Amino acid sequence: MCLAIPGKIVELDSQNALHAVVDVVGVRRKVDLGLLQDEPPVPGDWVLIHVGFAMSKISEADAVDQMRTLTMLGEADAAMEEVRGYGLENDGQDSWGQGPQSGNRS
Amino acid sequence: MKFVDEFRAPELIAKAGEEIRRLADPARHYRIMEVCGGHTHAIYRFGLKDLLPANVELIHGPGCPVCVLPMGRIDDGLSLAANPDFIFAAFGDMMRVPGTHGSPLEYKARGMDVRIVYSPADALKLARTNPTKHVMFFAIGFETTAPSTALTLKRAKAEGLPNFSVFCNHVTIIPAIRAILDSPDMRLDGFVGPGHVSTVIGCRPYDWIAMDEGKPVVVSGFEPLDILQSIVMLLRQLRKGEARVENQYKRVVPWEGNRAALRAMAEVFELRPYFEWRGLGFISQSALKIRASYAEWDAEQRFSVPGVRVTDPKAAQCGEVLKGVLKPAQCKLFGRECTPEQPVGALMVSSEGSCAAYYNYEHRKPVTIANAPSN
Ligand code: SF4
Repeated sequence: MCLAIPGKIVELDSQNALHAVVDVVGVRRKVDLGLLQDEPPVPGDWVLIHVGFAMSKISEADAVDQMRTLTMLGEADAAMEEVRGYGLENDGQDSWGQGPQSGNRS
Repeated sequence: MKFVDEFRAPELIAKAGEEIRRLADPARHYRIMEVCGGHTHAIYRFGLKDLLPANVELIHGPGCPVCVLPMGRIDDGLSLAANPDFIFAAFGDMMRVPGTHGSPLEYKARGMDVRIVYSPADALKLARTNPTKHVMFFAIGFETTAPSTALTLKRAKAEGLPNFSVFCNHVTIIPAIRAILDSPDMRLDGFVGPGHVSTVIGCRPYDWIAMDEGKPVVVSGFEPLDILQSIVMLLRQLRKGEARVENQYKRVVPWEGNRAALRAMAEVFELRPYFEWRGLGFISQSALKIRASYAEWDAEQRFSVPGVRVTDPKAAQCGEVLKGVLKPAQCKLFGRECTPEQPVGALMVSSEGSCAAYYNYEHRKPVTIANAPSN
């Protein structure tokens, strides 16, 4: 599926208004807010993230719901792998996943 | 969080199943296409077919980006990246998709600099941190992903980043639906509309399917109950002889879509006159190309692309499966020469591909609605 991962905005980037730190089940990564320019989220808001970009604001209940959908679909690990991969934290050294389930969906 | 509990409730799922049986006219055979590969995955994963009466048939649609990409495009992208100064960057689900001479992963094993990125923005970052290399991002996806590529291109241009380009394979869902409706061997009664594509394009672009073609469309979420509810909504319309666009996935999909995302796409991309789809052939105005004002960051405008056309391996029936004419297991290679471990066709690679979904869940049958994890 086009993995859409729910996350909570914890902090806006003071250097770059288009970036924010999100928390996805305890993992924190920077995401791009450029697609939500018309209704910029603030810390505490929940968003759906796709390939490193927040693509829509959602309610907390819907965020919980979405995470459960991913778990039910067996995609939660792939989603967390994707989130951990944002920002090339390991210096561009990608983690080669295990087979067809790894990596993100377009 | 009552809402969440409701979705988990198996009674509701059973009820939806009953309602479907009640609504389905036994004298009719319903053919409903789920457009999105995410829905295909969920349908197999949860064994939803088992909850439907025999006369409600689900047909898998073209909404799996790696599946519809013709092999020639993969070959083209890889041939550009054969230059030792290149880094080939793509999403993880591209890595095992076979080209004529192997997948990106196999090219990596042979020494090509191939990197998985999880975001197009990270491909840009790779370019910044590798100034002596040229980073080419192999972009795929429908309207869900295209806006992110568009913003990434805008950032590259704003920065004047010289060593970054995009090999653009973005496609648009509406012309593919039109091509399917136009094909004479396809009779469909309605559509389960894509969830996340619709967060970007909204629900209006489906209007013509209802108004001109007289077929109902219900934009749907991905939980088992979402999909079953969408089928109920479709059957209700069909029973009343109606054809409307409805939004079952209101909690995520706004009717108007995401205007900022649509603006970014319009600024950076224009429609290609035509584009080849695996299985569906050439479809006019069905894909995005990068505008001339971004030529410097467009791998196709900047480098010379061979433009190869290759036909799929003869015995592979990916085209027929993609069109919904054959079921995955009816392909001669299914489960023998072609498995998720050794895929021949792209439909066996992506978890959104119907062959992989069918192989993993139907063929092996590990999960059904009754024993699905409930957390
Ligand atoms: S089984 Fe393999 S070759 Fe046959 S249609 Fe599916 S992906 Fe293509």
